Amino acid sequence: MSGQDENPSASAADNIIKSGVMAFIRQSLAIVDTELRKIARDPTELFSRAAQPVLWLMVFGQVFERVHGIPTGRISYTAFMSPGILAQSILFSAIFYGIAVIWERDLGIVHKMLVSPAYRSSLVMGKAISAGVRGLSQAVIVYAVVFIMRIKLQINAASLLGVLAAVLAGSAIFATFSLLIACVVKTRERFLGIGQLLTMPLFFASSAIYPLELMPHWLRIVSRLNPLTYLVDALRGLMIYGGQSVYGFGTDFAVLGVVFLVLLSITSKIYPRIIV
Amino acid sequence: MSDSSVDLSRYAVRTSQLTRYYGSLAAVDHLGLEIPSGEIFGLLGPNGAGKTTTIKMLTTLLPPSSGSAFVAGFDVSVDPVQVRRHIGYVPQLLSADGALTAEENMTLSARLYSMPRSERAGRIREALRFMDLEEFAGKVVQTYSGGMIRRLEIAQALLHRPDVIFLDEPTIGLDPMARHAVWDRLIGLRKELGLTVLLTTHDMEEADVLCDGLALMHHGKIVVTGTPAAIKAAVGPEADLDDAFVKFCGETIEEEEGEYRHVRARRKSIRQRG
Repeated sequence: MSGQDENPSASAADNIIKSGVMAFIRQSLAIVDTELRKIARDPTELFSRAAQPVLWLMVFGQVFERVHGIPTGRISYTAFMSPGILAQSILFSAIFYGIAVIWERDLGIVHKMLVSPAYRSSLVMGKAISAGVRGLSQAVIVYAVVFIMRIKLQINAASLLGVLAAVLAGSAIFATFSLLIACVVKTRERFLGIGQLLTMPLFFASSAIYPLELMPHWLRIVSRLNPLTYLVDALRGLMIYGGQSVYGFGTDFAVLGVVFLVLLSITSKIYPRIIV
Repeated sequence: MSDSSVDLSRYAVRTSQLTRYYGSLAAVDHLGLEIPSGEIFGLLGPNGAGKTTTIKMLTTLLPPSSGSAFVAGFDVSVDPVQVRRHIGYVPQLLSADGALTAEENMTLSARLYSMPRSERAGRIREALRFMDLEEFAGKVVQTYSGGMIRRLEIAQALLHRPDVIFLDEPTIGLDPMARHAVWDRLIGLRKELGLTVLLTTHDMEEADVLCDGLALMHHGKIVVTGTPAAIKAAVGPEADLDDAFVKFCGETIEEEEGEYRHVRARRKSIRQRG
């Protein structure tokens, strides 16, 4: 007799958990599929977002490289800031993701989803993964610009998979954070104000465009609490030839993973409040 | 009010002392409602009467402040997921995604309701056919007329074969032709599928033509309930529902319900439907 037969209640509980997990995955993927179809039908947004990283790398980066004022070790300043600019693109595109949900709420789409028996967490997870896919398009743009600028990239399976994971995690974190803000502030106007207020401090309190050692002590403490710091750190070690992770990939991905799970759990709880 | 399984199977919706406060304001105030299975039931009332709040509580979008509500035999507070499995909902707002085709909108619904892949295509075809939209299945919803969008939304709500369907102002902003097309389909729902329909409306003609039973709400309470004929008869021999509305709700000037953003969204929705 199998173990399952010996303990039918444990087996039934296992089956409930398995079917719950499968339903969660299927429902999340349904949201991702829908978002991807929308992007495929109108990819304008992806192209318009290309302007910012190009400007940062080709104008700001090249000018500051000539200053020679920022110690970047064995790599050039443009090589140093490239992962930071990828992280910035991810942040800037994901942090305004919540506004789309406010729009969907105003249209009634969110109401209909919330009346379905789908897990609330799957609705949030689906949005987070979709933001990740948008983030990957940013990665393609930044890689192309970096390649044109003749910055030496790490092109091997492990590095590329690592960058893929970091981009997905970073996008998911900031998109979920954005959904959380949308659920709290509820209006587009307030959301835009808070979004603007958050992006630049998050960006400057990270090692995106200067090393941690250059920061004053207080800013270094703030940067340690900023998930963008760990995203930049992972990308710097994975993306650029000669780039190094200060905290180590284990710490970087552990922090990103924990932050995402905490945000997912909070946002899933308060997601239904967006319509109240 | 006595509680028994016989009553729960007889009534698709049953509320007792159902109340919802917004701050100190009782938007729905100790509501008692019994809607027999298989009926089209209308909630009428001026803006701010509490119709939409009632629907939101019955569809589990909003938790009640107090009281109880059973929908399709399940308690909305205790077992909201079971309630969601057994209901369909068409919000007042424009809820179909305009960037997707009708088929994609329907597929998303099917997947969120965990419908088996083997049944999906057949059920989608069936629901679209029932709403006369099969030939437009592959078209992006942005190209649809207001009436077609509303029929698509009803098709989406029917896809998982619910026991009760909730429609919040189903014909608001539609031209007379589109309005009649929606009415025909709603009558078809009751006749062919035996579904219970709960709708809110401002439209007295709609209430008269469609509904087996009506409840007039005012300031969060039900002021009168009965068949359209009985409600009209209670006012006078020549009375229509407009007269009943004025008599029981005591006002003819309508104020729009909800916060600024709700009003703005509603007006935008009406504009989008042309």
